[in-house]
This record gives sequence, C-alpha cells and structure tokens, in this order.
Amino acid sequence: MIGGDVRGRLIKDIFFKGIVCLFAFLSLLPLFLILYYITKNGIMVIDWDFLFNLPRPIGEAGGGVWNAIVGTLMLIVLSSVISIPFGITAGIYLSENKAGKLSNTIRLSVIVLQGTPSIVIGIIAYLWIVAPLQTFSALAGGVALSIMMLPVIVKTTEETLKLIPYHLKEASLALGVPYYKTILKVILPSGLSGILTGILLSVARITGETAPLLFTAFGNQFMNINIFKPIDSLPYRIFYYAMSPYPEWHSFAWGASFILVVLTLALNLIARGISAKWKTRF
Amino acid sequence: MLQDRIRELKKELVEYATLVEKMIAQSMAGLLNRQETPLLKVINELEPATNDLEIKIDDLCTTTIAQYQPRARDLRIILMIFKMTSDLERMGDHVANIADSGLFLISRAPVKPLVDIPRLAGETTRSLSDSIAAFLNEDAPLAQQVCERDHIVDALQVQIFRELVTFMSSDPTTIERSLHLIRVANNLERIADLSTNICEDVIFMVEGRVIKHHREERNGKEKREKA
Amino acid sequence: MENTVLKIDSFSAYFGDNKILKEVDLTVPRNVVAALMGPSGCGKTTLIRCVNRMHELIPGATVSGKMTLIDEDIYAMQPIVLRRKVGMVFQKPNPFPTMSIYENVIAGYKLNGIRMAKPELDSIVERSLRRSALWDEVKDALHRKGTFLSGGQQQRLCIARALAMNPEILLLDEPTSALDPKSTSQIEELFVELKRNVTMLLVTHNIAQAARVSDLTAFIYLGELVEFGPTEKMFTVPKDKRTEEYLTGKFG
Repeated sequence: MIGGDVRGRLIKDIFFKGIVCLFAFLSLLPLFLILYYITKNGIMVIDWDFLFNLPRPIGEAGGGVWNAIVGTLMLIVLSSVISIPFGITAGIYLSENKAGKLSNTIRLSVIVLQGTPSIVIGIIAYLWIVAPLQTFSALAGGVALSIMMLPVIVKTTEETLKLIPYHLKEASLALGVPYYKTILKVILPSGLSGILTGILLSVARITGETAPLLFTAFGNQFMNINIFKPIDSLPYRIFYYAMSPYPEWHSFAWGASFILVVLTLALNLIARGISAKWKTRF
Repeated sequence: MLQDRIRELKKELVEYATLVEKMIAQSMAGLLNRQETPLLKVINELEPATNDLEIKIDDLCTTTIAQYQPRARDLRIILMIFKMTSDLERMGDHVANIADSGLFLISRAPVKPLVDIPRLAGETTRSLSDSIAAFLNEDAPLAQQVCERDHIVDALQVQIFRELVTFMSSDPTTIERSLHLIRVANNLERIADLSTNICEDVIFMVEGRVIKHHREERNGKEKREKA
Repeated sequence: MENTVLKIDSFSAYFGDNKILKEVDLTVPRNVVAALMGPSGCGKTTLIRCVNRMHELIPGATVSGKMTLIDEDIYAMQPIVLRRKVGMVFQKPNPFPTMSIYENVIAGYKLNGIRMAKPELDSIVERSLRRSALWDEVKDALHRKGTFLSGGQQQRLCIARALAMNPEILLLDEPTSALDPKSTSQIEELFVELKRNVTMLLVTHNIAQAARVSDLTAFIYLGELVEFGPTEKMFTVPKDKRTEEYLTGKFG
C-alpha cells in the first residue's frame, strides 16, 4: 500500500539525517577536547614571568618562554619574506597562463611540495643552509618553513586571481595601461583580501611545525636575534619541555602549547575576518 | 529625441498652414481690389512652395516613424500630421484655382458687387486657423465647434450658387463670369471642408474617438431606430 | 581629410584560419554617432576591437589591411599609445572596484603614472562627470567606491573614465545591453549631447537603438560590410536586399 511505503521512507530519512548530525558532532569532538585540555592545563602557567622571561636552568624556579615567542615570530617573518614574493609571483603566472609547459610543471610541483613530509623538507634545508654555514641557524629554519608555505600561497593566489572577472583587466588595458601595471595596480589590489587570507593561513600552518626545525633552527636556551645562529621556537620548546623528566617543565610545556594554540587560532580568525570584511565586490 | 522631432514637425505644419492662409488672403485681395500681382504671386510662387513643404514634411514623418517607432499618442500625432499635410496640399491646389478664376474675373467687368464671397472666404479662413489651433493645443471642443460650423459655410455656398443662377438665367452674357464666381465659391467651400477633416483627426488624436463620415450620427440614428 | 576621424581600408581579421572580417571599408567623420549593427557573430564586435587593438589579446588573432586614426596608422603605433587616444566602454559596466569614483575617473592618468596637480585633476573629474551626466548624482560622494552605484550609473562612470582621457574616438561595445530600459534611455540621450565633442562608434544588436541614436549606420553580415550610410536613408530605403531583410526581421 502507498501509505506504508511512504512511512518506511520517512523513517529512513530521519534515521539518515540523525546519523549525519551525530557524525558531524563527533568530528568536532577532538577539537573541543584539545582546546579544553590545553586550556585547563596551560592557562594557570601563564603569567607575566612566563611570557617575558628566559628559561632558567633546572633547579631554579620560574622562567619563561620569551625567547621561544620571539623565535617563532622571527621565523614567521623570515619564512614570509622568502615565500611571499615567490609564491605570489608564481600564483600570478599560473592565473595568467592557464595552459603551457611551465604552468603545468609549476602546478605539479606545488602538489608534490604540499605532500612532502615536513621532516624531509627539514633535511633539505639542512643540506642547503646548515651544512655550508657549518651552524644551525634561524635562516635555515626560515628557509624550511618558507618551502612549506609556498604551495598554499601559490594556490590561494592563483584561485583568487582566477575569480577576478576578465572585464576588469580589459578595462585597464583599454585605457592604455601596460600589462604589468594592470596586474600590479588593478588585479592584485582587487584580489588582496584573498591573497592575504592565503598568507595568513599558511603562516598559521607553519607556526606549529616542529619537525623541520629540529635540525635547522635547532633551538636555543638563550635569546638570539642573529639569523645566522640557532634560534628557539614555541614548538621546539614544547618538545624540549615535554620530553624532559621534570613535572615543572611539563607544566611549562602546557603553557607554551596554550600560547601556540591561541596564536594559531588568532591567525585563523583574523584570516576569516579579512576574507569577509575586505572582500572586493565586483 | 522623439519629442524634438515632433516639435519640429508641428512647427513645419504651422508654417504650411500659415502659407495657405496667406494664399487665401492674397487671392481675395487680388479679386476684390482687382489687382493682378497678388494673384500671380499665388500661382507662381506660393503654390509651388506648398508642394515643396509637403514633400519635406512627408519625408520627416517617414524617417521619424522609421527611426523612433513612436507609439500611442506620439504615433497618432505623426500620422495626423501626415494626413494634414496632404489636406493642406489640396487646399493649396484649391487656392490656385481661385487665383486662376480671379485672373479671369478681374479682366472683365464685374457681374455684381462681391458680398457673400468675401464672407465665405472669411468663414473658410476662420475654420482653417481654428483647426490648426485645435491641433496645436489639442483642443477637442474647439475642433468639434469647427465641424458644427461647417453648415454655415455650406449654406453660404448654396446661397451664392442660387443667386448667380438667377443672374445667369436673366442675362446670358454673365454666364462665363458667373461660372467662374461659382468656381471660386466651390473651392472655398472645399477648403473649409478639408478643415473639418483636420478637426475630425484632431478629435481622434486627443480622444481616440472616430467621428469621421458622420459615424456618430449613424450610430445615433441606429439607436433611435432600435428603440 | 581632417574631418575624418577613422578610416578603415580593406581590413580583414582572422582568428587562426577563420576569416572573421572580410575587406571592410569604412570612413567615420568627426562628431557623429556611427552604429554597427548586424546579427550575432557577424564580426561587429571584432571590428570595433580591432580599432583599439584589443583583439590582439586573443592568441592567434591576425589582421590585414589598414586602419587610420586621424592621420596615424593604427597598426604602426604602440598599442599603449593608441589606447590612450581611443576610449572604450564595454557591455558590462566595469569600474575598478578598489578605487573611489574620483579615482576611477582619473584612472587612465593615475595608472599610467601621468602626474598632474590636484586642481587640474579635480577639474578633469568634474568635467568628465558632467559630460556623462553623472556629476549631480555623485558630486557629494566622490570618495565612495564606484561599485555602490546602480548599473546605469556605473556605466556612466565608465563613460566618464574614458572621456577623461580626451579620446579622438569613443568605442562602445553594446553599452546598454546589460542595463534596464530607463538607464538605457538615459544613456542614449547622453549620446546626442556627447557627439558635439567626441566621435562615437557604437556596436549594438538592438536595431531600434541604432535607428534612434546614430547618424550613420553600418550593416555587417558574415564579416562583410553590406551597407553604410545615413541612418535616415538606411531605415527607410535601404540599398541592399540583405539590409532590407535584416531590418524587416527575416533573420538575425
């Protein structure tokens, strides 16, 4: 009978919707659990002392992760300075040349690079920078991280620029504006929000990378702002403190983790905010 | 753009109508004062000018319709101007006939003092200028009045005809001159008639109502018969 | 000959092996609106884009024949120099979204790095916006972004932007086909005023628009210039049978 058939289908419908909602909720669970534990364990460690002091040797009370914070910030700056120009230029090239040997090669390289394990990238940076300079350095760390940032920046730039309508370029060219100026002064500014978002997202990603830093930046108990010397970083400090046998240092690790999570979260939220608020309307 | 064109067409039309009025005045002046010059001017100068104007306005109407695709009232206005031009051209022909007869009449002794013909000419001129005014001001009541006054013109023409018939029957030597006078009267009556055509078109343009060919009278009669 | 703004001699255009335009001859005198009409795909947009060499942006595009702007060979000039003398307005209004109305109007100068004193720029902006009948509507909002305007206003902004460069000829590629009827008629009235200062070449697929707005009309069919003459004559007594059929709606 028709009635029974329909009822059966309705039940299946509700069942299916229920499963979908449940699984969606379950997939959020890990994130919330992470945030909960880190906050619970980390927030009590945070104070002025922790944030702005250098690490003390074991036995002495107190100490902080100021050098790690500065180190992370320096690494971010270094890797951005290297990856942004190359990344954006490659992105521009790809969006302007949809076909062709070079384009296809770049696209393939980007995909491969994105899938390369971070530790392998670290080894490469070791080979290129650490070995010739005979020292671990912030520079090497910056190079490793910049290689990791590249794929995201290239992809985001390309996608953003592809979304810009062709008639905008036409309008500029028809005014007698040369091609390169059209790209720099009309197209790039129009895609600014998208490109910035891409940069911020890639920064958020590398902020927490540890493996490549293990044999490039290496870590440093003391404050260092010389890029040719080893430099500390939050992920490294977390690793160092977590692996130690001292409970006090374990709680420092929670604190540093908390700072890292907050930093990453903040970068992501800012990226979303820029994407929404500064988005160019065509 | 279309409105500019319509303004231009109206202006040309007024110019045309003024020319025809001038022709009537000149013909009457020549006839009454027994002067050749105005009559010749009508035939040789003014009438050809009306032909040129007709072609000019025709062309302008055609291109305006082709280029601007006017609708509703604008379309009615342009179609009206088209028809009025043709009416005015025929009026010009009629005035030329009057001038022609005038030339004959002033070369002979007058049959009688001219009283009714000038009156008829006055009524005709009034009908013509009123019909143009009705068009320009889109004045349907005025147009209606002109149509109703037509019977005065008709009556005058009949009177002139009867009077001249009596002249002709009593004195055969007046026949040729009388016939020319009758021709003058007939042509004046035709001009007035054409003016009422114009007025019927004005009413159509303003109200969308067709009163041509005494349609309303016929409808009224049918209604009375049915009742 | 100084009265001729654009002269096209036996001009052909190809996309690869495809011959899009076939030996077109056309002369556009000063201060007229010349319309190019014809069915879709007949080549009228290609022709207009050859005038400012925008068709060269498409790979595989080649041309033969001659085009002369005033007294210079268009294909011997630098495209950049040429395009500053020829203004173009596109089908879809395209003001620069990151720039204000003020900046949009002088974009041709700013983007080309042409430096000018502020008072001079101010007067260019006002003059151009007045000529495109937009000044009164935006004079208090010159520093707002251009994309907040309505479609018709945006198109008038694009016209102002093109006019600001004082072009010899203004090319318009179906400028009103993306607009509502009211904006369309506003812009058509604008053309009647504009042609006193600028010569215009207008592509339109709307026959009635060509009839209303232009002084000269060219009918292009399958890449050929079938007929070119005064609009009044073409719409009442076209010379070519194909023109007649197009106008009476037998094709297109």
